[in-house]
Order: sequence, then structure tokens, then C-alpha cells
Amino acid sequence: MGKAKVKRASTSIDMTAMCDVSFLLLTFFVLTATARQPEVLVVDTPQSTSPEKLPDDGLGIISVADGKIFFGMKNPNVRELTLKNISQKYSVNFSAEEYEKFKQLEEFGVPVRNLRQLLSLPNDQRTESIQPGIPVDSTETNSNELYSWVQEARRATIEFNRSREGEKGYVDPGPMKVAIKADAEEKYPAINLIIETLRNQKQNKFSFVTGLRQDN
Amino acid sequence: MAELNQDSGKSNKGGKVRAKKAGGKVDLTAMVDLAFLLITFFMLTTSLNTPQAMDVAMPDKNKMDQNDNLEIADNRSITLLLGSDNKISWYYGQLAKPIYPPTTIDYGKEGVRQVLLRMQKEVPQRAGGKDLIVVIRPSEKSVQRNLVDILDEMRIVDVKRYMISKINSDEIEVLKSEGLFND
Repeated sequence: MGKAKVKRASTSIDMTAMCDVSFLLLTFFVLTATARQPEVLVVDTPQSTSPEKLPDDGLGIISVADGKIFFGMKNPNVRELTLKNISQKYSVNFSAEEYEKFKQLEEFGVPVRNLRQLLSLPNDQRTESIQPGIPVDSTETNSNELYSWVQEARRATIEFNRSREGEKGYVDPGPMKVAIKADAEEKYPAINLIIETLRNQKQNKFSFVTGLRQDN
Repeated sequence: MAELNQDSGKSNKGGKVRAKKAGGKVDLTAMVDLAFLLITFFMLTTSLNTPQAMDVAMPDKNKMDQNDNLEIADNRSITLLLGSDNKISWYYGQLAKPIYPPTTIDYGKEGVRQVLLRMQKEVPQRAGGKDLIVVIRPSEKSVQRNLVDILDEMRIVDVKRYMISKINSDEIEVLKSEGLFND
């Protein structure tokens, strides 16, 4: 009789449970990740060491690159209300279908009178080259369309927040915040025009959108 | 674990020799590797893709009186004129009779930060304990990166009082004479 050998434990580990868990997590992350829309206006922001993050909601973003100004609102419901106000102010009528399309529009850079034309195009044809930018000047009249958009978006945010007041567990997120997303190489006069437009409507607080720099 | 080829318990005992079935046990290591790689990717992209925000507060605008200027003590304020070619010209006091005349410096750790740190110590001694005020005046030849860099320096050096204001023609002349007003 030979010696009774000690049976070696198998080195292969059962991976099934681990695989299950990892795929569950994977599914979770894939589903929660919001698909990022490709930016129409490509902006190469400067970098800073600021620790603050940009809020996800209740935000209006003014993008500037190559002298073109684009505007976008984060909340689709606010977008709709804003367009209603703008439609009254500039006496341009939009159809229900156009409101629906505007709700999906992340950002745009056309004068109000060209907005219907932009909305009639399919998504992939709304490129930067056909959008001349939102008109802006140093006045507070209708010719300064950026002034109107920001003002109406702020009003729409208040309106929208008020309409949700009755909901259970509702916390007022406060007024709309404004962020300026300017290209690193954008000259100061263009930025100054936007800052003055904001200051003219007492929006004295705003943020510059920047990338993150590790070293200082 | 669910195994497909369970032993019947009486194999090779009188019965026919069956062709051994290929195992139902698959090596999952590579699959797990891949899954974790994707998890890491999605985790990082979801949380890291929100950009940073740099908050700026401007003073209320006095629309009635455009010339409503705030008087600041000369010995408390330094002025940074943001010129072209990523350079700054700075002076201490009033431009007409400066305590330190305009000097050209660079951005970053070695340039403007050293000046700010030095003045942060020097100003309270000269102004009887009152702290430094920095006036930032971007010229029309400066770019957005310059402004963000300067505001970032304010945060790093922890300058409590600073403001962004309009450049005047005398200061543009200073920039021109120092060659910082190019396109």
C-alpha cells in the first residue's frame, strides 16, 4: 500500500458569483451614466484648481468660442417655459412640435428669428457652421438677445420652481445659476460684453467653467 | 455552483465507456476582468466628467452714475494689468505717483504668485495692519485663460479682497510702452 496522499485543494476559484456581481454593477453604471451629447460649439476651457463642481440642474450656460455665443439651459421644462416667454417678447410663434424639439435642444446659437429654421433641421445638421451665434450688445433692449434669453430663463426657473412647490418632499433649489464657458483663447472684450449683460440684470454672481488642474 | 457534468456515481462500472463530455465549466476569469474594467471606466467617466466651476462675484452696477468709483487707499492696493503674450504689468499705489512703478511679470508660481505673497506681507506693515486689495484690469488683448489664471492665483494665495475692473487709457499706454499690447 502506498502512502495516502493529501488531496490538494483545487486552485481554480469559482468565478460565477463574482461575475454576476460585476455585471450587475456594470449594468447599473451603464444605465445611470447620462449619455453626453456631443457639443455643438467645441469649447476648450482654461484650467483652474477650483474645487467646486458645476451644478447639474438649475443652470444656464453661456458658451463662447471664436466670437460666437451659444446659450443652453439644463432643465428641459425650463427650456419650454423660456421659449414661451421669448415667443411673446419677440412675437414669434412656435408650434407644439417645435416646443417639443426645443426641449431636446442642449444649446443653440441663432437669433430668435432663425430659431424655427434651426428646429426644422434634423439633429445632426444643427452644426456650428450654420449657427452664427446669439446677438449680444451693450444695451438692455430686444437687440441684445442674450440679455433676453438669460432674463427669461431666470424667470422660467422661478416659475418652474413655484409650480413644483406643492410636491411632496420638494426643496426649493433656488434661482438659476449662470455659468460662462469661454474658450481659453477668447479675447477679453467678448467676455466683458457677457459680464456686463449679466450685471445689467443684476446677475452679479456667475461661474467660469474650467477644467481641473492638478498641480498649482 | 451549477455544474453540468455531474458524476452519476457509477461510471466505468460495467457500462459502456462513454465519450467524456466537454466540461460545462467555463473559465470566467477573463470575463470578470473585462467586466471590472468596464465598471471602472463607467465609474470614472460619470463622476469625473462634470467640469469645475469658478465662482465670480461682481459689484452691483450703478446705472445712475457711471463714474461712481470706489476710493481705495493707495498703500493698500496693487493693480494687475493683464496684457498680451501671457504677461502682466503690475504696480503698487496710484499710477500717477506709484509706490512701486509698473513692472512686467509672468503668470504662475514664479511670477505673479511671488509678487502677491510678498505684497501680502508688505501691505499690512505699510497700511497699519490693513490687508491687501488687488485690482485686476484685463486689457482687450488678454484672453480668458489669463483671467482664470489670475482668479485662480487669488484663491491659491488667499487674497481676501480683489476686484475685476475696467482698464483706463493711461494703463493701456503703460502696456503699450512695455510691449504687452500686441495681437
